[in-house]
Amino acid sequence: MEPEVWRGMGLSDDEYAKITARLGREPNYLEVGIFAVMWSEHCSYKTSKPVLRKFPTTGPQVLQGPGENAGILDIGDGWGVAFKMESHNHPSAIEPYQGAATGVGGILRDIFTMGARPVAVLDALRFGALTEENNKLLLRGVVRGIGGYGNSIGIPTVGGDVYFDPAFSGNPLVNVMAVGILRRENIATGAAKGAGNPVMIVGARTGRDGIHGATFASVELTAESESRRSAVQVGDPFMEKLLMEACLELIQAGILIGIQDMGAAGLTCSASEMAGRGGSGVEIDLDLVPRRETGMTPYEIMLSESQERMLVVPRAGSEAQVEEVLTRWGLEAATIGRVTGDGLLRLTEGGEVIASVPVAALTEEAPVYRRPAREPAYIAELRAADLSGLRPRRPAEDILLALLRNPTITGKSWVYRQYDHQVGTNTAALPGGGAAVLRIRGARRGIALTTDCNSRLTYMDPFYGGAWAVAEAAQNIVCAGARPLGITDCLNFGNPEHPEIFWQFEQACAGVAAACAAFATPVTGGNVSFYNETPERAIYPTPMIGMVGLLADVEKLCPAVFPAAGEKIFLLGPAEGLLAGSEYLSQFEGLVAGALPPLDLPALKKRLDFVLAAHEDGLLAAARDIAEGGFAVALTEMAAAVGARVDLPGGEILAALFGEGPGRYILTAAAEAERELTALAAKWGQPFACIGVTGGDRLTVALGGAPALNAERARCRAAYENALGDLMD
Amino acid sequence: MKIGIVRFPGSNCETDCQEAWRVMGAEAEMLWHQEKSVRGFDLIVLPGGFSYGDYLRAGAIARYSPVMPDVIRHAREGGLVWGICNGFQILTECGLLPGALLRNAGLSFVCAPQHLRVENAATAFTRAYAPGQIVSLPVNHGEGNYYIDAAGLRELEEEGRVVFRYVTESGAADAAGNPNGSVNNIAGIVSRAGNVLGMMPHPERAVEPLIGGEDGGGMFRSVLAGKE
Repeated sequence: MEPEVWRGMGLSDDEYAKITARLGREPNYLEVGIFAVMWSEHCSYKTSKPVLRKFPTTGPQVLQGPGENAGILDIGDGWGVAFKMESHNHPSAIEPYQGAATGVGGILRDIFTMGARPVAVLDALRFGALTEENNKLLLRGVVRGIGGYGNSIGIPTVGGDVYFDPAFSGNPLVNVMAVGILRRENIATGAAKGAGNPVMIVGARTGRDGIHGATFASVELTAESESRRSAVQVGDPFMEKLLMEACLELIQAGILIGIQDMGAAGLTCSASEMAGRGGSGVEIDLDLVPRRETGMTPYEIMLSESQERMLVVPRAGSEAQVEEVLTRWGLEAATIGRVTGDGLLRLTEGGEVIASVPVAALTEEAPVYRRPAREPAYIAELRAADLSGLRPRRPAEDILLALLRNPTITGKSWVYRQYDHQVGTNTAALPGGGAAVLRIRGARRGIALTTDCNSRLTYMDPFYGGAWAVAEAAQNIVCAGARPLGITDCLNFGNPEHPEIFWQFEQACAGVAAACAAFATPVTGGNVSFYNETPERAIYPTPMIGMVGLLADVEKLCPAVFPAAGEKIFLLGPAEGLLAGSEYLSQFEGLVAGALPPLDLPALKKRLDFVLAAHEDGLLAAARDIAEGGFAVALTEMAAAVGARVDLPGGEILAALFGEGPGRYILTAAAEAERELTALAAKWGQPFACIGVTGGDRLTVALGGAPALNAERARCRAAYENALGDLMD
Repeated sequence: MKIGIVRFPGSNCETDCQEAWRVMGAEAEMLWHQEKSVRGFDLIVLPGGFSYGDYLRAGAIARYSPVMPDVIRHAREGGLVWGICNGFQILTECGLLPGALLRNAGLSFVCAPQHLRVENAATAFTRAYAPGQIVSLPVNHGEGNYYIDAAGLRELEEEGRVVFRYVTESGAADAAGNPNGSVNNIAGIVSRAGNVLGMMPHPERAVEPLIGGEDGGGMFRSVLAGKE
């Protein structure tokens, strides 16, 4: 075989030699193709595996950890939450509508594959600056794609986040998290077991779409990427809705041994992974695979990424029942092979064996690389920047209004108005506040969901950024009144073959691991997306965190906006925030710089626990953590409809009003709860101060009694609510 | 009151409707789209969603589904039919209600709470409201821009068949209060006989304080009060 063949499929010469040695012969064309996708970064995690092993993944609440299609957390009374986040960055970069839509479809299949009924989708999006027309086009297309798929299939899109930064220009991030609810007894897994059991393909037919999606995701974006548009799949949410109902029915009927969706690398990946998990082999007769077009080669059939297909292994003898269910939902089911005991992935066509490869060679024996890591030179430079002499360049009111119009900070109703966020009638906390909250129908409890990551801080200090992403997620969760339970991650980085990028990856993951250990929120699964680079730049490293929290009583969920006038406002945490890496610094000084002091994770954990204790005592009327834009922005977000008058204990104006940094919250309580809340804070040893009162037509802030900011509430509200729409419409 | 909810492939608000009836103290049965008969039911609900993927045009394929001929018979004989969102689109497609639902002005899907004025509080679906009452219900659609020609519009208005109109918080039926460009801010209409109602907003999403408020409850109470 010519080296160009395997090189063209993304295999190195060394990898090809390994394959030949393992098989004891030269592989044929089809086998090379199978190895190439299974050993691609996207399917094998060959670069990330050694790093991911350091994540804490266990805990009494973990019903299913990493390795399955989704993780599952125990929320009590026999209920479980299945959840996972995945990226669809590369497809979205060249075909935003379908790229994002199939991102939603793919992650939803991972959830109902586990036996869970999907109840929510969250989207964490990153785009380049909206001053570039192409980034607007991408934002518009991605939002339409998410809505187009999610709205149609009838799963509410309840939250997420959107950031804008030139670092994402041309390489947007589209990370989709899906969440489902199940009864513990209905947990399904993706293992093919029991020699002789049938292997069936259900759902859509197989076509030529999406071939090489997995390998396409494992290289950088270039000018030629546009020509790979055919590697992007096309989604059919109607088909998936039917498939979802049919699969849940099959799982509940108890006739399935294993079930797995067909995503990246299609039939190749799903058959190999199912056999690998079951310690079995699988034999497939390609003549039996239903196709939507004629003349497909075995290679195309095995690598097709046609959407809305599942591979199921039912108990032998129940094939007719599977067909009956699928037919009732207007879908097809076909038996295409069987489980074997010989540990081989064997493919036949016309009665001839056309490929025969040990499953283990494709899965657990895939190569693992320890890439070299080197701290980039920019890290020390940014850290050394002296920010001590900064003075406000404009009046505080002008700064606030400009920050409220900053696309990253401003209200995102232009986005979430295009998503059905209520179907299912479980959405108790609507988008636009902090964490999303859903009730569990038939139970008193609820779940809180959030996605978080500050990419700029991760660029400046990847360890800090990784840990802070987890901490910020936890802060959002506790503000809603929920206890953090666990996370899924979506790790977006540049080309890991560059030592500086790999260093970012290692450091960020170490930060995630440290915070997860400190907060007892294990990692239950996730996704790695490398090669997020264009010829101009690598993206900011973005270890996106999706967190699930539990509310014992969903009726007690705490809002993120002031519910009424006349309540007391409190600041929990330090009076001054950090200007290093802040939106203020970027927007007004054009700087991405500064030293980020190490996060005190035990102290942050204690603060989370204090907020939960205050909730449990029923003392809080509203809660929000201070994030991008600092205290002044958080106060505006909370007080936009009610107004506020506060007097901060003191400090330097920029750091106090616009500084960011961890462990800072604005809380409110009824006047009669003030004494008890203050006593509780003292008992927990928390920095805590009553700083003002809600109400009025203005937002006024004094610093140690001296007026610092006095803004018209309606004007702030209009800036916050309309800025994104003004830019996009 | 025997209530049936038609489940088309691609419907996605049918369970929400069933739950809403339960919250309001009534049982509703699911009817598979392949049922040939709806005899014995007093009310047929056509729920929201994307029946048949909304392919071709919202509601355009559902009108040909096996259950529809008998739903039409039921309506012609005076039985109650309530189409919500996609259900409204199906009702205009099958001719039980006049007009059509076009792409939203602005071409974007819109999901948001929306103020409505109850223009006709004398129907079987709205008698629990006061005439002119302003309520807030969620809208959630990409094709909710109601259109009817001038003659048809005059007829609807003169006969008091506009049941809900989109308004601002203060009750103005102007462009600011119109989420989708509907002619005369029309959000819901009723048949001449008053037994078939189509509306774009989702009352089933507003029957509990925790989830979207309780302003939708009046519709369910209105229907249930009719059984005596």
